Amino acid sequence: MTESSVPAVPEGVRQLDIIGVRNGAFGASGSGDTSGFGGLVAPIVMPAPAIRPFGGWYDEISDEIELSLEARNLPAQEAIEKVVIYRDEITYHVRRDHLVAFVSALRDEPGLRFEMCLGVNGVHYPHETGRELHAVYPFLSITHNKRVRVEVSVPDADPHIPSIVAVYPTNDWHERETWDMFGIIFDGHPHLTRILMPDDWPGHPQRKDYPLGGIPVEYKGGTIPPPDQRRSYN
Amino acid sequence: MGIEESLPSGVILTTVEKVAGYVRKGSLWPATFGLACCAIEMMAAGGPRFDIARYGMEVFRASPRQADLMIVAGRVSQKMAPVLRQIYDQMPGPKWVIAMGVCASSGGMFNNYAIVQGVDHIVPVDIYLPGCPPRPEMLFDAILKLHQQIQDTKLGAQRRAEIVELETVALTAPTTLELKGLMR
Amino acid sequence: MSTDDVLYTTADETTAEEFDEILDDDVDPYSGSYETTEGRVYTVTGGDWDTITAAPEGEKDRIVVNMGPQHPSTHGVLRLILEIDGETVTEARCGIGYLHTGIEKNMEFRSFVQGVTYVTRMDYLTPMFNEVAYCLAVEKALGVTEQIPERASVIRVMMMELNRIASHLVALATGGMELGALTAMEFGFRERELVLDIFEMVSGLRMNHAYIRPGGVAQDLPVDGVQKIRDTIPLLRKRLKDTVDLLVDNTIWMGRTVGVGYLDLTGCMALGITGPILRATGLPHDLRKSQPYCGYENYEFDVCTETTNDVYGRFLIRINEMAQSLRIVEQCLDQIKPGPVMIEDKKIAWPAQLSIGSDGQGNSPEHIKEIMSESMEALIHHFKLVTEGFHVPAGQVYAPVESPKGELGCYLVSSGGTRPYRVHFRDPGFTALQAVGVMSEGSMIADVIAAVASIDPVMGGVDR
Repeated sequence: MTESSVPAVPEGVRQLDIIGVRNGAFGASGSGDTSGFGGLVAPIVMPAPAIRPFGGWYDEISDEIELSLEARNLPAQEAIEKVVIYRDEITYHVRRDHLVAFVSALRDEPGLRFEMCLGVNGVHYPHETGRELHAVYPFLSITHNKRVRVEVSVPDADPHIPSIVAVYPTNDWHERETWDMFGIIFDGHPHLTRILMPDDWPGHPQRKDYPLGGIPVEYKGGTIPPPDQRRSYN
Repeated sequence: MGIEESLPSGVILTTVEKVAGYVRKGSLWPATFGLACCAIEMMAAGGPRFDIARYGMEVFRASPRQADLMIVAGRVSQKMAPVLRQIYDQMPGPKWVIAMGVCASSGGMFNNYAIVQGVDHIVPVDIYLPGCPPRPEMLFDAILKLHQQIQDTKLGAQRRAEIVELETVALTAPTTLELKGLMR
Repeated sequence: MSTDDVLYTTADETTAEEFDEILDDDVDPYSGSYETTEGRVYTVTGGDWDTITAAPEGEKDRIVVNMGPQHPSTHGVLRLILEIDGETVTEARCGIGYLHTGIEKNMEFRSFVQGVTYVTRMDYLTPMFNEVAYCLAVEKALGVTEQIPERASVIRVMMMELNRIASHLVALATGGMELGALTAMEFGFRERELVLDIFEMVSGLRMNHAYIRPGGVAQDLPVDGVQKIRDTIPLLRKRLKDTVDLLVDNTIWMGRTVGVGYLDLTGCMALGITGPILRATGLPHDLRKSQPYCGYENYEFDVCTETTNDVYGRFLIRINEMAQSLRIVEQCLDQIKPGPVMIEDKKIAWPAQLSIGSDGQGNSPEHIKEIMSESMEALIHHFKLVTEGFHVPAGQVYAPVESPKGELGCYLVSSGGTRPYRVHFRDPGFTALQAVGVMSEGSMIADVIAAVASIDPVMGGVDR
């Protein structure tokens, strides 16, 4: 939580991608724990962005993408925030204003040909101020047998992302689900309504600030609180 | 011994309640209310190996207006709850409800915002059947217990008294929290 | 929030007086009429058609039939909203969400191993595939994909292929029932019992097994397991022939399914549909061949395709895929070698292998002896492993498998803790149900049923 728990990063070294800080090994406090693990403070560090050259087929794909973006008068530096390569998967973090152009390039360029968009889902990082809501789009190219992922981050205060339904119609219901569960508003979606929850449900359930909503379980004299309120490891 | 000795063969004596109970339980038609995994086990109970037809119940009526028994098989979500109540309302009496599976009985493993924690919040339940999912044989056990219940149901004024008695027992029963000392 | 008000409007505007009237007048409380942005909407529930007064001049009257969530023919709790003109469907929309269980959110409060029990209940007809997708994602995030023992991978493939057979049997059974071929339903469930017997023998449960855990599988095959599976295969083959004889080249069946639910390659690509629907267009796309996992490259099998783009083609593909799955299971039985079924790394592996004790309960006597009598550290380690679970390094991964319905993908974000930070399943049924409109608009109501049956959505997976 404080700056002193974050290790200092010397010049020239890749910036760490810290999305939060873990306080204590247990979710609850004040439980009489004497192990000392309750005082643990550790940063939650996501895999760092990759620097060129990536190695392997990632360079080819990235070159193709940059060329096609240049051809659409969109410099790659503007569209792509960073590239993360982790566990043999490549993720392009794209700025939301250029998302539609980016995915059009993914679909139309012969060298890319990502015909299948496998939906969009959201992730909520409440501690990453300014970039709380992420929308993640996996893509599959059947022609070239490759997979990439595109990630867009938007702040909570302005949760708008342009809809890519015009490019990939399959995202229709997926974007509705992401709106329903996270509150990300997809501009340009033909009918952005709730799909999984009842139509008049308040709130967006899968956000981290929405409670799990369980009830305490009673059994023969004992009560157990619902899963999100129990003392537990995190 | 009694009047039975002097009757010609082919005549039996019984009570109206017993005949009514026998007939009602003999062809109890379930309404299709399969929701999730328990529905598949219910369908398997209707399949050739665990033949539910031996109880006269193989005709799963699609229309609730022709059904007597609603087997709520599966997890009931918040969106589905009004539909459940509507189907229950559309069933003509006498009607019974089996809550099949832990999700229907108490919410099961899904103790969260989306699932109704037990369909007895919405419809009155006669038999609770735990299991995740319960085997078809367990479903038959529940059905047979329900058959026994139906067989023993009274008619007329005695039924009204029975209802009052059951309700009094249910209203004055201790809550699970007050049942102390049973966790050993 | 103001944005909510803009995007959806409340439906019911019955006032208190109107409600009292309804209760007095013996009118069904579910019927009524109210104003919407598109004009006055009348809801009738049966026997009250005369309550609809004539539509005002200049307004088009549209009949919208609700094949509601409780219906014998809509493959689960699916709501089909059909705008009809006589018997022809002019507009078809799906209402889903009637089985939304909040599984993904619930998993954020459970350890990674407990997540398997949640995930297995999503698409409840293919529990093994859900488990494998999740475990592959967890193992990918851990970085231990190469260390999964070979025997575990072979068992995983065998279980998945048997599950493929079971799922296709239910697809044919329920599809047949929905179209009126009730014998197909009996055949399908009868064969499925053979497969469920194998599952029960191996994992202890007929459905929702929680058998495949991160690191391997929970339990090794029983001593006579291989032989019993080997004995079941010819019986399955013989019985499957019954279904084939009944439905393939059956004039009535073909009349109901040929040319129905047409969706060509362009449609599939636009709608992101994979699985039998895509293979019915002629494209031989199968993740088991193109991006193999769990050792699928070691098995010989064909990718079944048809070129007719219709329900009959998808039906034939499912039958052929069952035959191919039996081939793979036989190869698994030939290839299986003795060995561990859990990863060697003791920090991840689930500790014990159960066996049935003399009292009928499952226990692991050797393991209990070790942790209770021999080693305190082993007890502590077991305790921490089971209650806290293992830590998965922070990052996000996506692991796809080829489920009987299409590409099932598990997207997993870990924040370095013992619980997933976010789990999302890309379910093939969710994506494929978007095609109901495309497939069935312009055809008859009965064809909508056939189209939905050929998509084979499982609402547990669709709604999660």
